[in-house]
Amino acid sequence: MSEMAAENMKPEILFWVGCAGSYDARAQRVTKALSTILQNVGIDFAILGTEESCTGDPARRAGNEFIFQMTANQNVQTMNMYEVKKIVTACPHCFNTIKNEYPALGGNYDVVHHTQLISTLMEEGRLSIEGGAYKGKKITYHDSCYLGRVNGEYEAPRKAIEALDGDLTELKRSRANGLCCGAGGAQMFKEDEPGDKRINMERAEEVLASGADIVAANCPFCITMISDGITAKEKQDDVMVFDISELIVNANGW
Amino acid sequence: MGIQQIIFLLVIAITFKVAYKAYAAIYRNINLGKDRVIEGSEGARWKNVFLIAFGQKKMFKRWIPAVLHGFIYVAFLFTQIELIEIIIDGLFGTHRFFLPYLGGLYTVIINSIEILTVLALIGTIAFLSRRNLLKVPRLVMPEMNGWPKLDGNLILIGELVLITGIVCMNGADVMLQKLDPTHFHDTGYLALSSTWAPVVLGGWGQEALQVLERFGWWLHLFAVLGFILYLPLSKHLHIFLAFFNVYFTPIKSRGEMVNMPDIMGEVQSMMGITPEGEVPEMTDELPDFGANDVTNLPWTNILGAFSCTECGRCTSVCPANQTGKKLSPRKIMMDIRDRATEIGEKIDSGQTKYIAADKAGETVLTADNFDDGKSLFDYISQEEINACTTCNACVEACPIMINPLEPILELRRYEILTNSAGPADWMPMFNAVENSGSVWTIPDARDAWTADVED
Repeated sequence: MSEMAAENMKPEILFWVGCAGSYDARAQRVTKALSTILQNVGIDFAILGTEESCTGDPARRAGNEFIFQMTANQNVQTMNMYEVKKIVTACPHCFNTIKNEYPALGGNYDVVHHTQLISTLMEEGRLSIEGGAYKGKKITYHDSCYLGRVNGEYEAPRKAIEALDGDLTELKRSRANGLCCGAGGAQMFKEDEPGDKRINMERAEEVLASGADIVAANCPFCITMISDGITAKEKQDDVMVFDISELIVNANGW
Repeated sequence: MGIQQIIFLLVIAITFKVAYKAYAAIYRNINLGKDRVIEGSEGARWKNVFLIAFGQKKMFKRWIPAVLHGFIYVAFLFTQIELIEIIIDGLFGTHRFFLPYLGGLYTVIINSIEILTVLALIGTIAFLSRRNLLKVPRLVMPEMNGWPKLDGNLILIGELVLITGIVCMNGADVMLQKLDPTHFHDTGYLALSSTWAPVVLGGWGQEALQVLERFGWWLHLFAVLGFILYLPLSKHLHIFLAFFNVYFTPIKSRGEMVNMPDIMGEVQSMMGITPEGEVPEMTDELPDFGANDVTNLPWTNILGAFSCTECGRCTSVCPANQTGKKLSPRKIMMDIRDRATEIGEKIDSGQTKYIAADKAGETVLTADNFDDGKSLFDYISQEEINACTTCNACVEACPIMINPLEPILELRRYEILTNSAGPADWMPMFNAVENSGSVWTIPDARDAWTADVED
């Protein structure tokens, strides 16, 4: 972003990468997949790079408002300085916080989750799926809480999956009844409280019961949680967990 | 004035005096909470009242209980017409006051009530079975042991009493219409009473029938008055408060946690970016952040707690609860209600030992100087609130828009900001966000991933 600003250029959209997308090896692949899509579609985008900071979602939901306000206000300052208008992110937690919580701090942007952008690009005919890489594959979709139940977006990711020509199989608990992967509310960063089983195991069992070959997800934390659950069940060779952007990149051989 | 009218007046007067006190206490207990801005236009909130409270829209996520509950609910609404008539008859010594004014419509109304009474009976028996025989999991969880279980059954038994009253009253009336038509006017054919009464009451004399009619009439009245007195002690208060709770539920994104302007102002002034004209007030007193008791929760949370009918839909979809963790969103709401009730009762006792130590000079115990040395944390453990994934499944599930997540997060805020406690695992994450702007402390640059994708 700073390089573009130096050359007095304004990108069409800011790609908000997020902590997971920046640092987590698995989520970095999603970041690269989304970059590939944007580049192939010809969308002029920028990242904040080292000027990006955690949105503050986990700190706020853990109860630490000070840390949230510090990092969130800093992000709002940065983005307002660059006069950011439109943002895309591959993390539903970043998406939710920027969209719903930054306005109270003076940060008003048009924020879309990457599955929404992908679905719009498909509708506009700017993005299409070539080849039948997923023909006959059973694909299931895991609704993330913060895209689904919290922000009410159930259709865009499903439209994108349907375009892959696979066989979309719903999980027993889906859409508004979708089961959390277990990572939200800063649970990602702590051990579980005592109980019978981990939440991701409960979800992984449901995924396995669906008989799907592929789990399509839209959140880096869901991907980690569900993959861990499937690996714990020793089914990692039978059921793969991918972000929707990765499925599209792979289908198009990009 | 007949003896029945005098007894009627006395019973009504006593009931309303006792009830007034009990309902005033509930109102006071709800107001123990903090002020709260209710986001959303009035129009939009009225729309919710019509769709979600009157229309029971969210009940229909589960069809079987929705239909059974619908029977009892609609029967309750319709029976109010009969209740108004009972009150008029009781006050003026009339019999079936509305009949001459409404004529054929009266027959339609009483028939509707009779049919709904049968449906409500089916619903009540089904609900008793679900609680006691089928033991539907969400209705028999640990927090339901003791009073909540008894309460649920008492209400259903009360409904059976009410139904018995209506059936006796109308059945005997239909028979008396043939024997004493000058006093008992023709109501027309009644679907239920005209069917069962001739078979069962066929051989009864006029006097016996009159006793049964009066028995049914008074039983109906006493059941209703009993409900009015019992509701403030019961989860069944939802029949009134559900409407208020839906109306006062803020309309805003579920994804937005309540902002903390004090902390925002402090941080913005620290960063030198305080918006012009908005210099935050500095106080010497370090305020408590978050909530450790009902007195620092928004009053809407306490209203929600008193509106809760303990159906457990929230808990049955909670991922933490489903995987055996201690957290139950229903229990959180029940605890808030029970703690508010405890504080209310202690304030009512007027005992000066409950006056806070730093306000020892004051002589009258009030909500403002109250301190019994206890808090909501005596009811709710850290283990419970720390298990929440903030997934909003409980918020989605509640048929009357109670939000258990909001108080859970306020308790977490207290735990972290005021008590400086909370899970030790979170410390590295907090430190990483504060110091490196990332949830993990990683030495690489945030854009290191771009090294192998540069275009």
